[in-house]
Amino acid sequence: MSINTAPAIDDARLSKFEESVQRGDAVEPRDWMPEAYRRHLIRQISQHAHSEVIGMQPEGNWITRAPSIRAKQILLAKIQDEGGHGLYLYSAAETLGISREEMIEQLQTGKAKYSNIFNYPTLTWADIGAIGWLVDGAAIVNQVSLQRTSYGPYSRAMVRICKEESFHQRQGYEIMATMMKGTPEQREMAQDAMNRWWWPSLMMFGPHDSDSPHSSDAFRWKIKRHSNDELRTKFIDKTVQQAEVIGLTIPDPELKWNEATGHYDHGEINWEEFYRVIQGNGQCNKQRIAHHKKAHNDGAWVRAAAEAYKVKQAVKNN
Amino acid sequence: MATDTQLDLWEVFIQSRNGSHHMHAGSVHASDRKMALQNARDIYTRRGEGSSIWVVPANSIVASNPDDADMFFDPADDKVYRHPTFYVMPEGAKQI
Amino acid sequence: MANINELKYTYSLRIADNAWILSHRLSEWCSNGPLLEEDLALTNIALDLIGRAQTFYNYAAQLEGKGKTADDLAYRRNERQYYNNLLAEMPNGNFADTIARQLLMSVYEYYFFMSLQNSKDETFAALAVKTLKEVKYHMAHAADWTVRLGDGTEESHEKAQQAIDNLWMYTGELFEADETDTALIAQGLGVDNPSLHSLWETHIKNVLEEATLRLPTADYMQTGGRKGVHTEHLGHMLGEMQYLQRAYPDAKW
Ligand SMILES: [Fe+2]
Ligand SMILES: [Fe+2]
Ligand SMILES: [Fe+2]
Repeated sequence: MSINTAPAIDDARLSKFEESVQRGDAVEPRDWMPEAYRRHLIRQISQHAHSEVIGMQPEGNWITRAPSIRAKQILLAKIQDEGGHGLYLYSAAETLGISREEMIEQLQTGKAKYSNIFNYPTLTWADIGAIGWLVDGAAIVNQVSLQRTSYGPYSRAMVRICKEESFHQRQGYEIMATMMKGTPEQREMAQDAMNRWWWPSLMMFGPHDSDSPHSSDAFRWKIKRHSNDELRTKFIDKTVQQAEVIGLTIPDPELKWNEATGHYDHGEINWEEFYRVIQGNGQCNKQRIAHHKKAHNDGAWVRAAAEAYKVKQAVKNN
Repeated sequence: MATDTQLDLWEVFIQSRNGSHHMHAGSVHASDRKMALQNARDIYTRRGEGSSIWVVPANSIVASNPDDADMFFDPADDKVYRHPTFYVMPEGAKQI
Repeated sequence: MANINELKYTYSLRIADNAWILSHRLSEWCSNGPLLEEDLALTNIALDLIGRAQTFYNYAAQLEGKGKTADDLAYRRNERQYYNNLLAEMPNGNFADTIARQLLMSVYEYYFFMSLQNSKDETFAALAVKTLKEVKYHMAHAADWTVRLGDGTEESHEKAQQAIDNLWMYTGELFEADETDTALIAQGLGVDNPSLHSLWETHIKNVLEEATLRLPTADYMQTGGRKGVHTEHLGHMLGEMQYLQRAYPDAKW
């Protein structure tokens, strides 16, 4: 876009753009925007979309083993929502001039990332509770803050997503609560899931603000509205109380209430693990991408058929 | 293998109930009209959000250019006489 | 001779089993669809079927009057105690296999529930009215895809034909009437299955014609579902489905 525009005009446009973003105006697809803004958004939105789509897998792992009609219904509807979220976000990214085909290719070649959390395995039914409660709980904190992001299509997608997300965290918490009221084996299963998912959930907010590489532009352009640490703290504050109510222990001996700040202090996050998983050495990285590729490749002839049928019909109708 | 296709892009407009406007809800991919309509239904009306759906091929939409915003929209700004508040009502007269 | 409630119990259970087993198959598509949009579409159909299973299991449990729940019926029976049609349990295969199964089944369901609307049993009639709305959509979805695949590429045409041919021998069973059916038909409570066959076949033939596909000619038909005699596939499905209920019989989820 605007490759041939003279630099002077670009400067004027840039300051106009920055001013309007500062005023809190939304940026719409056909508005002029700096290339860096566009690139930042494409990276962030497509990564967000991929996370929703890849996130279908760990939960999907338990659909056929869901223990009741109700549980199966809820889980299936929940995972379907996540697919829908992926779709809304792909659409938002498409308005920036990247196609879904390109985004999928970037995901499958590792050029685009998705949320690290989905590289962890779901080992028991309690993991389904833990994901809904902790992972969706963490996601929603982040997503609520993105409803006011500066790019119009992204912000509108987030509003719709937040509306739909509202039952996700609850259904997960309900699974955990039910298990904590259940048999000793169920309680043990729930605590075990808590132990495995707590720290990765905290990692979802990304590195500490001091180590966060993409932040400053994102703030100035109001793509990002709250810092990683702010959001992480918000999540911890609301989750600790919920854990206590149902009798789950947070697996962090250093976690304690800080009167002075009015927030919880927590123990150090294992950033080595975080970067190890990002770099591809989580338990499920390869599995998740292989699964995605298989579905994609298995479906290629179906999409080709739909295309071919369309072309034949067009010829017939002319 | 041939290059991938994710089918065509369609824009989706949903009327939430009879009597209201169709509002832009988002987009879907589909290869034909029936599929576009069904996909829109499956994606945008799962919570009873709709009573009617329009789907339009995205490339059939003609959009105004933001660079033309000055000439398109600013001239309307000073036509204050198009708004009822422009007019002075005689004291004591009742609103119709 | 079984009393009327026992007959209705069996009948409701059969309808529920068809929906429950087929919904399980469709739920296996989740995250495996050929297009994200289609992934969501298949899940919607699965959710309709789960809802249908639940209401018919509830009614069966109520008719049985032994204090069982819908979950007890869905999760706590053995292979030989499920009465779904074999077609419902057939594996997903490729997308054409799934669409063929959806077409053959949903067109049958359309005529079945059309007729069940007139049942003298008020619950059956009311549930049929509600179910019919969903079925019409499932049928349109399956028919549209059948046409796209049949009249798409050479590859898709072949796969679609193969799918219909492979599943054909599981369709005869849909139109059987055993003692339960006969007794309920006589009282105006159940559907006269055999009478639906020609309507169904004409309907299928029309869709296949539009899709440039052939109606299979093979006439040997499998049977057994309504007696609890299934294919090998069902046992594996149940092993997975019932795992938690079996492993923790005292637990509530
Ligand atoms: Fe999510
Ligand atoms: Fe989501
Ligand atoms: Fe979610």
